[in-house]
Amino acid sequence: MTMSRQGVQPTEVIDRAVKLRFRWNGKRFSGFEGDTIASALAAAGEQIFSRSMKYHRPRGILTADYWDPNLMVQVGDDPNVRAGHRLLESGMDVRSQNVWPSLNRDIKAANRYLGRFLTAGFYYKTFMRPQWLWPTYERVLATFAPGGKVDLDTPHAYHDKRYTHPDVVVAGAGPAGIEAALAASNAGASVLLVSHEHQVGGHLRYSSDAADQAALAELRSTLGASDIEVLTDSTVTGRYEDNWLGIVQRNHPIAVERLIKARAKTLVVAPGLIERPYVFEGNDRPGVITPGAARRLINLWGVKPGERAVVFGANAEADAVVGDLERVGTEIAAVIDGRTAARISSTAGSSRAVEAVMVDGAQGPQRIEADVLVVAAGWTAPTSLLNMAGDRPVYDPAAARFFPSDPPSNVLATGGLAGDGDLDGLRRHGAATGRLAAARAAAVRHRLQASTARALPVDGDEPAWAPDERAPLGRDPHPELYRADTHGMVDMSEDISSKDLVAAAHEGYDSVELAKRYTTATMGPSQGKLETVNTVAAIAEARGETISQVGTTVWRPPYAPLTLGALAGRMFEPVRVSSIHPWHEANNVSIIQAGQWLRPDHYGDPAAEVRNVRRNVGLIDVTPLGKLDLRGPDVPKLLSLLYVNKWMKLGVGRVRYGMMCAEDGVVLDDGVTGRLGEDHYMMSTTSSGAGGVWEWVENWLQTERPDWQVHVTPVTTAYASINVAGPKSRELMSRVCEGVDLDAEAFPYMTVREATVAGVAGCFMWRIGFTGELSFELHVPAGHGLHVWEALMDSGCDLGVASFGLEAQRIMRLEKGHFIVGQDTDGLTLGPSTGMGSLIKLDKDDFAGKPELAWAADRSLPMVVAIQPDDPDVVPEEAAQIVRGDTNEILGRITSSRYSPTLNRSICLGQVEPDLAAGGTKVTVLLESGERIGATVIDHHAHFDPAGERLRG
Amino acid sequence: MLLVTCPNCGPRNSTDLRYGGESHARPDPNTASRSEWRAYLYLRDNPAGWLRENWYCASGCRRWFSIERNTATNEFRDPPLPGDKRGGAA
Repeated sequence: MTMSRQGVQPTEVIDRAVKLRFRWNGKRFSGFEGDTIASALAAAGEQIFSRSMKYHRPRGILTADYWDPNLMVQVGDDPNVRAGHRLLESGMDVRSQNVWPSLNRDIKAANRYLGRFLTAGFYYKTFMRPQWLWPTYERVLATFAPGGKVDLDTPHAYHDKRYTHPDVVVAGAGPAGIEAALAASNAGASVLLVSHEHQVGGHLRYSSDAADQAALAELRSTLGASDIEVLTDSTVTGRYEDNWLGIVQRNHPIAVERLIKARAKTLVVAPGLIERPYVFEGNDRPGVITPGAARRLINLWGVKPGERAVVFGANAEADAVVGDLERVGTEIAAVIDGRTAARISSTAGSSRAVEAVMVDGAQGPQRIEADVLVVAAGWTAPTSLLNMAGDRPVYDPAAARFFPSDPPSNVLATGGLAGDGDLDGLRRHGAATGRLAAARAAAVRHRLQASTARALPVDGDEPAWAPDERAPLGRDPHPELYRADTHGMVDMSEDISSKDLVAAAHEGYDSVELAKRYTTATMGPSQGKLETVNTVAAIAEARGETISQVGTTVWRPPYAPLTLGALAGRMFEPVRVSSIHPWHEANNVSIIQAGQWLRPDHYGDPAAEVRNVRRNVGLIDVTPLGKLDLRGPDVPKLLSLLYVNKWMKLGVGRVRYGMMCAEDGVVLDDGVTGRLGEDHYMMSTTSSGAGGVWEWVENWLQTERPDWQVHVTPVTTAYASINVAGPKSRELMSRVCEGVDLDAEAFPYMTVREATVAGVAGCFMWRIGFTGELSFELHVPAGHGLHVWEALMDSGCDLGVASFGLEAQRIMRLEKGHFIVGQDTDGLTLGPSTGMGSLIKLDKDDFAGKPELAWAADRSLPMVVAIQPDDPDVVPEEAAQIVRGDTNEILGRITSSRYSPTLNRSICLGQVEPDLAAGGTKVTVLLESGERIGATVIDHHAHFDPAGERLRG
Repeated sequence: MLLVTCPNCGPRNSTDLRYGGESHARPDPNTASRSEWRAYLYLRDNPAGWLRENWYCASGCRRWFSIERNTATNEFRDPPLPGDKRGGAA
């Protein structure tokens, strides 16, 4: 087969005035603007584009479009590019894949002589034993893996995402799809028309028929004048619940790819039909092509497919291709009509080209010299989007293809997928489908708007669901041409022959879903678009059944493969910072991300920060601390319901610690709540629990106690929160506070006061402390946070004030033995395990988790305890196991560990079995290194100042 | 992706809401047996068909509501008033 560029064709899409130079396996080539990589190479006489996956057989053009399994190439650092679809660009560096050392001389082609060993399940059977050799097998097999090379240094490319809500999405822009889009648009619907190809027009694009071309021109001009949004080189890759569609756009001007998420009110599925290859001996020899390939090569790119052709076919497509071939001077050696008993049985020639076709016709076996064989065996209906909508297409043996069965009423099929007809018939069906889609979309739109309480009122009643009154398309009879009396390739991507499938069926893999997985047929880059029905036919034949009986595989998303980049899209992960953040950034902060928050971890030396807080005074930005403003007469009842302890008698100005458990008794959150006024409370939650607790509160109020008068407002970010901690904190606060008596008698531990701080009114502060020092937790209207922070810093220079970060706070809370929910507790830690069992008041009438906590009270539970390693210099890893002696029996684990700069020793919290919880118990900790160390459970959670004298000061 | 109709905010992507699971009444914590309480915690009917379930309009009005969904077809019916989470569904 020698292909060559011909004179100008009236239908061609190339611009011969624009020459593009590129490289193919290092050699210089040129093509024209509008060429695909494959058409440019074919025009230059190239016949071999790739080597097959297993046997490394030379492969040439088969379909010359997106689905062509033989045209996968590497372009620069971009692997697995479809040369049948990707447009040629100037300067492209195109290389063949899966070849070594070169496309023309491939050593692994020796595999083909091993063909009878490389049958179905070869890898499964051969490389199972001995198991210890698997790593070696894997390394060797990996070098045989097909596909391009991923360059790990490839710069990140920009991918984009878009959301859209059109009334009607039309998938497929052939004549039926365009008519559907136009009719829907004329009926007032907003329409998105998606074309898989670079130009709209479907099969009309490569038809040389004058009437077809006139129709195409008319459709394009009407479409251009409409307000329909047209996406070319884009694919509807998936249809999900309620017509949620994934669309990948490959020709976006800026982004490499853009993933469009569309919520369509109705979806029109019009992908046309895909030509199905025929299975016979030598059907993968370069030179065997589909009629579509021949017509595209001739009419779109002016490329003559060969010098002498045999055409085998059973439909009008075969008839049409004869005229096109003759026009460009390809001699027609023979036309074999598949509607008669005549068949082709094999091709002959070298591994690189067809030289003759063996025909079994009326005159008996016959050899016909030819360099190209065009095979029109019928079509595959790409029903993928219908499958994804829940439809199970039905096989019609008289038409030799699958048809839609009963898709949901907001998904409508048209075009070749729905049936056969002449061009006018397809256009009429398309237009009727578009009108129906628009009418149903209008009903959906009415319902969506009417069911939105705050949307503008909708005029009139909801339109009735339009009945489907389309005149159905006919079905042209077609012989069932799947396999000749010889065996050949079924799946060219995966090198699976009909023999492999028969063997698989005989081995018991005789359901199509099993055979597919066992042989990997249909699992290659063509995603079954070419292979599925031939696979089913091979299985049916092996089982002696019909295709209907065997059924087909379920097509799942994506319709066409898409890149991980397109799926990942553009990163959009907002972060939160406090109003004090600029100060941190200007002061050598090391940031840690906690959920969405960026928080100061430390400012250089966390141990020094700890010592400064214990000696002088420190400031920490604790803005992410969850804060819920609670107002109303029933707040105490709410607190009693959500916390395990009692709240009915908390006085104004008082603060109390509380623990929350879920209904299963597991610790959910903890924090303090203060009573700011008669009916006004402020609840604090853990930073990570802020969102969840708010939802929890709303759930109880809205669903269990809707009669209670409580109003909840989340104010986490309305206040900047600063903890002022250390023995000199009162002195520092006295320099900036007005309107509050800071004296220990007037403002004791666990109370709350409102004050003006550094001139900022409306601040409140409570005397609590996670650090164990005298401390004031100050909450400042957020806009003034930075000002108050700076005022504190400026006022306390002589006191040694310094900032401290989360790490220092974590060390100090561990010194004090305060547990952190989610760190020292887990999803099974019941309330009493925290050592706070005495908080749980089972005599309350009701509270969340009460029954479980009541039953837990009778059981011995794992306990959170403070642990000190015997060697003060060893800090066990967090999550290190506590084991029994020299065994691996797990008795607990270290949940928090740090080196304490205050005590100059390692300190831990851990969870241990109940019988290890008593102070003085010796335990064994198994380190990650495998070393076992001794440690001792201590009497209190607090390693430091167990009496709490410092914080009450 | 499922469209879920919030009584306040109208139809929204299900990712805008939090799924609260099957609606079920909370037993009296003072009289419930262990098996009753644990059925409330862990046991769900999970029918193929109509099911009353709870949703929280997390990215919208932040109201809990209950609605009936056909788990076989994903049809919804009769969105009640917000907060009516467990009403009539026990």
